[in-house]
Amino acid sequence: MQDLLPEDMSRFRRIEDVFRTCCRNWGYQEVRTPTLEYLYLFTATGTLTPSMLSKVYSFLDWDGWSGERVVLRPDGTIPVARLYTDNLSGQELARLFYVTNIFAFEGTGKENRERWQCGAEFFGGDKSAPDVEIILLAEEVIRRLGISDVGLQLSHAGLVKALLKELKLSPGEEAKMTNRILEGNWQALTKAKSTNPEIERLIAALLGLKGKSSSFLHNLRASFPKASQDFKSSLEDLINVTTLLDNLGCSYKIDIAAIHGFEYYTGICFQFLAAGEKIGGGGRYDSLVPLMNGEDIPACGFALYVDPIMKLLPLEKEKKGESEILVKGKEMTPEIVETCFTVAESLRDAGHPAELDFTGRKESDYRWVVLVSGKEPSPFTLTDCIQRRRRDAASMAEILKVVSEG
Amino acid sequence: MKDYQAGYIKLALPKGRFLSPTASLLAGIDLGFEGYSDKTKQYRLRSARFPGLSAKILQEKDISIQVAVGNYDLGICGLDWIEEFLVKYPAGALVKISSLNYGEGGIHVVTSTEVGIANLNELSDGRSDYRIVTEYPNLAEAFALNLRMRRFRIFPVWGAAEAYPPENADLAVLWGKSGAHIAAQGLIPLKGLLPVTAFLIANRESLENKDLSQILMCFSSKLTAEPQTSIENGLDISEEPKGPHPLWQAKEINLALPDGHQQAPTSQFLKRAGLALQGYSEEVMSRRPSADLDWLGIKVIRPQDMPLQVANSNFDLAITGEDWLLEHLYRFPSSPVKKLFALGFGTVKIVAAVSQEMPVADIDELRSLVQSSKFAPLKVASEYINIADNYLRDNHINPCKLIPTWGASEAFLPEDADMLIDNVQTGKTLKQHKLRIIDVLFRSSACLIASKDSLASSDKKEKMELLTQKLRAGLL
Repeated sequence: MQDLLPEDMSRFRRIEDVFRTCCRNWGYQEVRTPTLEYLYLFTATGTLTPSMLSKVYSFLDWDGWSGERVVLRPDGTIPVARLYTDNLSGQELARLFYVTNIFAFEGTGKENRERWQCGAEFFGGDKSAPDVEIILLAEEVIRRLGISDVGLQLSHAGLVKALLKELKLSPGEEAKMTNRILEGNWQALTKAKSTNPEIERLIAALLGLKGKSSSFLHNLRASFPKASQDFKSSLEDLINVTTLLDNLGCSYKIDIAAIHGFEYYTGICFQFLAAGEKIGGGGRYDSLVPLMNGEDIPACGFALYVDPIMKLLPLEKEKKGESEILVKGKEMTPEIVETCFTVAESLRDAGHPAELDFTGRKESDYRWVVLVSGKEPSPFTLTDCIQRRRRDAASMAEILKVVSEG
Repeated sequence: MKDYQAGYIKLALPKGRFLSPTASLLAGIDLGFEGYSDKTKQYRLRSARFPGLSAKILQEKDISIQVAVGNYDLGICGLDWIEEFLVKYPAGALVKISSLNYGEGGIHVVTSTEVGIANLNELSDGRSDYRIVTEYPNLAEAFALNLRMRRFRIFPVWGAAEAYPPENADLAVLWGKSGAHIAAQGLIPLKGLLPVTAFLIANRESLENKDLSQILMCFSSKLTAEPQTSIENGLDISEEPKGPHPLWQAKEINLALPDGHQQAPTSQFLKRAGLALQGYSEEVMSRRPSADLDWLGIKVIRPQDMPLQVANSNFDLAITGEDWLLEHLYRFPSSPVKKLFALGFGTVKIVAAVSQEMPVADIDELRSLVQSSKFAPLKVASEYINIADNYLRDNHINPCKLIPTWGASEAFLPEDADMLIDNVQTGKTLKQHKLRIIDVLFRSSACLIASKDSLASSDKKEKMELLTQKLRAGLL
């Protein structure tokens, strides 16, 4: 369990603010889904791995005798896909974004059970253009946050699934292999014995090579003319996206095996890395809405992981000493305290943040200090902490005038 | 008590199915405990050979948990209860040392022909909402998740899982001796999950930090390198259900009757009421007795499970204890189940009791003691989790920790719990174990409960009234 202290929250809000601004600029609308969802929402699509689902916090609801369980939301995308299917499916195109916490059970007590995500989802539309849109949007948020040395890795769930099909495993073995790959164990794929040497050559090439432009994919297409139709069409899809990214000057690395946990993805998947940590990821998930009994609406999206990003952000100095005003009483008589409240209120009404001092705050942290003595003819002393000048003031109007003039 | 606590190594031994084979194993490796037999009335045992070793007899379900929390260094229990724990808490503090190579049968996923599931693939592809009844909710959940079942609901039960399919559940996860044994109950095995063999288990921290070698050495001749842990293909799935399996028919009104202690007095009561039953008497028990009323379906299940099974409409009426009804209603206050009338037999007191050595006479003194932080948090063992929780809250006992048990909570005091909340008939057992009753929560006797929905249903109303009137006639 983790507390977010004032410094953490200042970083957190910066991420949120930048994310919200970027999303709105791209035409996305904010949504929020409930923290409690039915468990079956996450099992119904059959896409999440058993090991992921075994880590959800689930419990009986008020009508628990029905056996229905609710969970603390373990994923951000599935609830938004549900929200779209339930409420917005009439819209051919929906651009939605959210800031949410997700919950996962863990047995060691070392990891966080609650993690925060900033995510955006694109429902409807054509294929490649939305893929590129969400990659560029995510990239813009990261850039505006000032995080440097960020790597973008691309993979394609369709390619992986086509490869698995070529291995011609039994349904049970295929499910096990899929689970292993989803958990990041790609070596399992190389160990799988295939009767077809061409497949082994393809697997070796895909796992061994990493490309930096669409040319790599063209080369791949040329080297494996006998690959299955599914494989070729996924490859074509990836070529379209990477060509667009090349032309728009977005650099990336194609690494099929870099990505795991792409459970519901069907097309392109991507992730952002900074300082060796995964700070975001996403992809295309065309079957999720249909699996929820929604219409055949293609979709894609991404999420940025707030917790690792927070660690990468430098703490911005709180702008104390520039705009804030400290109001303090010379004595703590009821009359003076009352005057302090009135002075601070007038200052705030005029748009100046003003803090009351009861316990001896450091004056140098503020731009101005108003000392209330209550003694006529000048009941106030105003200190300019930058110019290091002090003057008496007879009225509130006088204080406001000086403060407003800076 | 002090003497016992000085015991350096603590071992948890099973009662029930594994008691005799475990006792002979221990005798055979010169690690016998005097009094570890079927007839024993004590829970605490001392090793004749190792003065630093003590043992306690516990329910198997409790052993894996008690070893995991570190109350015991070592334990012996069935693989089913170990896996039931490990599947949910794989990184937990429970370590399997080795199979001890006795035990029989295994845990299976079963269905019934009438449900119409032919194989496992149907479960993952299907869009139906499967009801799974089981004493092993964690194993059942892992099974459903691994199969990527789209929608399922798990109903944990205290027992008699085999009685639920097909009308009250689609699948059951339960123990079966063999494919034939399962088929004889009118069920079809779909998948074997694990074999039920006895295992030696240890607490991780004890194993890493404490010298248990003398004890482990005794077991060395019994430890096997490769314990059999899978029976995945051990069963012939094509086995046809056979044996005395009456074809199941939907009935208008469904009544649940209790097994166990309540069976004899309930059958006498039904006789007095003039309800003639086949397959439910003091001597005979069929899971599906028949009555001379053709519209009445009867099933015999655990009384603990009845309120929930009435609430979820599996039964219209049931004979259970007031204690179990209250336990259910504390958990689900808006549950659509209500008591019609008490039957006057099977009366017990639900009490709070502490060790005689604890210097308190009533709950108020206990509260002061907990507040003085001498017993904080107060550890409370109970099989009535919700009743206990409610009682502790009402009496402002804070902080406290609730330890769920499966009966015989007295075994936990004083080492593993400070107080128990349990039912007593005479209080003799508590006295034998040097415990003192400090409060009587309430008195409970058998009662007839009904589904509020069935009582209000125009289709069922008339026959419900007919049956309750008939049963009322059996009251003394």
